[in-house]
Amino acid sequence: MAEQKEHQNGIPRIGFYICHCGSNIASIIDVEDVRKYVATLPGVVVSRDYKYMCSDPGQELIAQDIREHKLERLVVSACSPNLHEETFRNAAAKGGLNSFYFQMVNIREHASWVHEDKAAATRKAKDLARAAVYRVRFHQALEKRKVPVDPNVLVVGGGIAGIHAALTLANAGKKVTLVEREATIGGHMALFDKTFPTMDCAACILTPKMSAVKSHPNITLWTYSEVEKVEGYVGNYKVSVKRKPRYVNEDLCVGCMACIDACVFKEPKFPDKFNQGLGKRKPVYIDFPQATPKVVLIDPATCIQMKTGKCKKSCADACDRKAFDFNQQPELKEIQVGTIVLATGFKTYDAKRDALYGYGRYPGVFTALEIERLVNASGPTLGDVVLRDGRHPKAVGIIHCVGSRDEKTNKWCSRVCCMYSLKLAHLIKEHSGAEVYNFYIDMRTPGKGYEEFYDKLLAEGVHFIRGRVAEVTDWAMTPEEQGKLVLRVEDTLAGFVRRIPVDMVVLATGMEAQADAGEVRHKFNIGCGSEGFFQERHPKLAPVNTFTDGIFIAGACQGPRDIPDTVAQAGAAAAEALVLIDAGHVELEPNTAHVVEEECCGCKSCVPLCPYSAITLDEAKKKAVINEVLCKGCGTCVAACPSGSIRQNLFEDDEIFSEIEGVLAQ
Amino acid sequence: MKYLYFPGCSLKGTGKAYEESLLAVFGALGVELQELEDWNCCGATAYMSVDETKSYALAGRILALAERERLDVVAPCSACYLVLNKTQKSLQEHPELHRKVTGALQAAGLDYKGTVKVRHPLDVLMNDVGLDAIKQKITSPMAGHKFAPYYGCQIVRPYATFDDQHNPVTMDQILQASGAECVEYPHKTRCCGGSLTGTVPEVGLRLAYILIKEAKQRGAEAIVTVCPLCQFNLDGYQDAIAKKYERVDLPILYFTQILGLALGLPAADLGFKRGIISAEAVLAGR
Amino acid sequence: MPLEQKLKYEAERDVKFANWVTRETGGENLRHCIQCGVCSATCPLSLYMDYTPRRLINLAREGFKKEVLSSLTIWLCASCYACRVECPKKIQVTDIMYLLKRRAIQEGVYPRHFPIPVLAKEFGRMIFLFGRVNETLLVIDLFLRTNWFRFLGMTRLGMNLMRTGRMSFIPEQIKRKRELRKILAALDAEEQKESAL
Repeated sequence: MAEQKEHQNGIPRIGFYICHCGSNIASIIDVEDVRKYVATLPGVVVSRDYKYMCSDPGQELIAQDIREHKLERLVVSACSPNLHEETFRNAAAKGGLNSFYFQMVNIREHASWVHEDKAAATRKAKDLARAAVYRVRFHQALEKRKVPVDPNVLVVGGGIAGIHAALTLANAGKKVTLVEREATIGGHMALFDKTFPTMDCAACILTPKMSAVKSHPNITLWTYSEVEKVEGYVGNYKVSVKRKPRYVNEDLCVGCMACIDACVFKEPKFPDKFNQGLGKRKPVYIDFPQATPKVVLIDPATCIQMKTGKCKKSCADACDRKAFDFNQQPELKEIQVGTIVLATGFKTYDAKRDALYGYGRYPGVFTALEIERLVNASGPTLGDVVLRDGRHPKAVGIIHCVGSRDEKTNKWCSRVCCMYSLKLAHLIKEHSGAEVYNFYIDMRTPGKGYEEFYDKLLAEGVHFIRGRVAEVTDWAMTPEEQGKLVLRVEDTLAGFVRRIPVDMVVLATGMEAQADAGEVRHKFNIGCGSEGFFQERHPKLAPVNTFTDGIFIAGACQGPRDIPDTVAQAGAAAAEALVLIDAGHVELEPNTAHVVEEECCGCKSCVPLCPYSAITLDEAKKKAVINEVLCKGCGTCVAACPSGSIRQNLFEDDEIFSEIEGVLAQ
Repeated sequence: MKYLYFPGCSLKGTGKAYEESLLAVFGALGVELQELEDWNCCGATAYMSVDETKSYALAGRILALAERERLDVVAPCSACYLVLNKTQKSLQEHPELHRKVTGALQAAGLDYKGTVKVRHPLDVLMNDVGLDAIKQKITSPMAGHKFAPYYGCQIVRPYATFDDQHNPVTMDQILQASGAECVEYPHKTRCCGGSLTGTVPEVGLRLAYILIKEAKQRGAEAIVTVCPLCQFNLDGYQDAIAKKYERVDLPILYFTQILGLALGLPAADLGFKRGIISAEAVLAGR
Repeated sequence: MPLEQKLKYEAERDVKFANWVTRETGGENLRHCIQCGVCSATCPLSLYMDYTPRRLINLAREGFKKEVLSSLTIWLCASCYACRVECPKKIQVTDIMYLLKRRAIQEGVYPRHFPIPVLAKEFGRMIFLFGRVNETLLVIDLFLRTNWFRFLGMTRLGMNLMRTGRMSFIPEQIKRKRELRKILAALDAEEQKESAL
């Protein structure tokens, strides 16, 4: 249905379109009423409603009207501009109208989805439409800016996600800088012995990819390094990276480890972080034999030379290649890239937070990551599953959902714990012959071959007890429980409470956002969900994009996920980066600020306020100058300018004032 | 067409009507049944609860005797049908069991190779005789009669060899071929309670009552069954059901009795007088 | 109301029992159970059981032998095989019930005066004697051994069966009883040999 009328003097000819969005809008808002009402507003010459404005016929309708009715402005009342602003701008262009002679009104997210009162929602839809009609009169013709995309890529994080993304991009011929915070790449996957459900050896499938990263001519690998600062915008980022001192020259060291043998500490003495503190290392160390790069480093907190300057430095003497440099300083490097893939991973839940499970209190209680190291053939015990006192466990209890599915800690399901608990149950049984109990709430095995793996574990005679363990205690009630850790649980399927004595308790800790995820997101100007994981642009349709163009996310930094999903996502992120690189340029919104030179007094108050460093002072003219390419259109300078000499496209005063006037009019 | 006939204990006792009508119907259709010589009890469900191997050996003797005759065995009783089929399958799948059972049979001079095919009368009528051949011989169709086809459990479970496990239709089609109508009966394969009706009546009676009441509500004038135990439970306990729940008075017949009437056989030859609940309405005008 | 302790200690579990079940014919898939409960839902008798079939399977694989063998559940199973047909893990629930019944009889832990195990044993005895089963004699025998009173309540049924010629007091017998007994004796010998090992 449509209302049409003749041109009114002085006001541009406006076309108004309201979308039913199926029943999403039309079930709450009386769209015909709105359509009829808007037709009466000054300047509106066409007013239509349509089932799906965003459909091809919907767009065609607009384009045709522009041509037939000589429309000069366009207003569409539909969903969020996030979804379809681009669609209708294109429809305007198709009809021969400048894309920016258009204003979108969101009556779905802002009205029909959030209100139950139909009359009030319809009234609100009218108010919003009126505001847009008043505003759009003052719109001006604008053009998008085209800027080139730097083909180089930065990948942050050297776990399996970062490794896979870097290799994919490098194989496509792009230059990649891979920055990793730790001394080696490999991430959590490097800690694992086997991977579920196929039980391939983690090292066997990971280390070839690690060495490929190291040797790839298109990859620059910076480990022990962190991104300090990110400036610029899509296609043109300037990134500062801090390279922390290893006190060993990376270019000279070949990883022969003669220095480690020669260290004045004859025996490893300090807790080894890589082995989750279960092993010991010397002040000069390498995380594991396949560490990449294969370069040693010195821990300044435990090295005598670094602490006192009074060591005989036998390590340095043992080095044929004279790689030691006790005076090495942090180094700040700057690189230019067009796109960035963030693959900063996760951290595991701190098991100490659940005091009832006794982690840190009972030596028999371990985290799952600790067990990963214990069952690992190259771990601190060479794969021997032993308790901290050296005994072999006869019974082991694995508690699922520690730090997951718990309103008191983390609400979400960490997705990987069921499967890795099954894997650990199998490995523990295989390595130690112990009786293994799994305590689970729901068994979650959605994945190729996962349910089959669960079935295999059932057949192996591992106990599956459905119930959340209430406590781990060393209080014995029966002789059999003496000297054991007793788990008290309701076996909800058997229908009674059980006390199960074990020697070893494994806490299947969940996945959390990195401790500094908040800081990192500010650095890269992207969003975080309430749980702290990085926010994807759309949960289904743009899972590796962020709200900042040119910055992509992959792996567990976006949410808990396992290796297959992480790798798939890393490939997707690399492909998204390649889309931008191969296009060669990006179009930027023309919503930038500009200075009206004759009104600027050169006070410089705007210069320090700009978060994108886009404003400088032309010293000769004593006037502020805004770099259009750097300006993100945040409006800070516009609001701050004391003389009102800074204006912003799409947010001109007359546009905003008439919008306000429109929304308040009766 | 000739088959070896394994009646089982029930068809010689409480299920005599089944034997009488079966023999009459097969005779009328020109199918010869030769009773297995010196057959013993199959062990049914009860013996399995006492001794597994012996239970398989009992069935083993039957199969060994049958093997000599080189004929397919027709086992009309559901329990016998299941036990014989199950024995063949178990002996095939468990070598140790196979060794023990064949060893014991050999001790008595019997040989078992596992070549016997155990068939149900429904299977034979449907797949060997065929619906068309049956239809041709129908002389007094059961037009206007409505029955609830009740298969019970053990002929389709756990081995569904000739029909669907959840919704068997062979008997429906045979009854329809005889001119009768079948009501949509959701309890087709629901358990009748087996021996529980005798041992734990409060449990068994409830199951029987549910079956009869539903058939009646759906407009059936009789439940038609394929199993002597089902027939006994549903027919024999209607007094007790009346005492505990309500009077139901629904005749419980064998499918061979209905088919026999349609084939024009006299009711007296089909064991109708053996029903505790009289089937007069079914016989009206015959 | 008497209070009963419901807490279970690990010492009450009998691991050997669970392993035994999985070694018996039909018990092989016991551990594959995912506790979905379709067996209990499809069972026409679960409403009377003390443990549903699902729960019984769970107790059996965890080794709670006493609970399993003394449960009513195994005796209420009418062998209709509905559970086995529906089981997504192909667990032969009915056969598990059978093997548990056999074990319960062996260990003498079935409920006293409960007619089902008595029936099962009498059934076996009659086969040994005659080679076939006479339902009339079996039922009379059963009630004499379990519940006199119930027997008296059955007279109506008895008279009905008499009237319709479905009752017989003379047992059908096979001719070659010796052949049958030889088979059974051979298996007895086999069993003795096994238990001697």
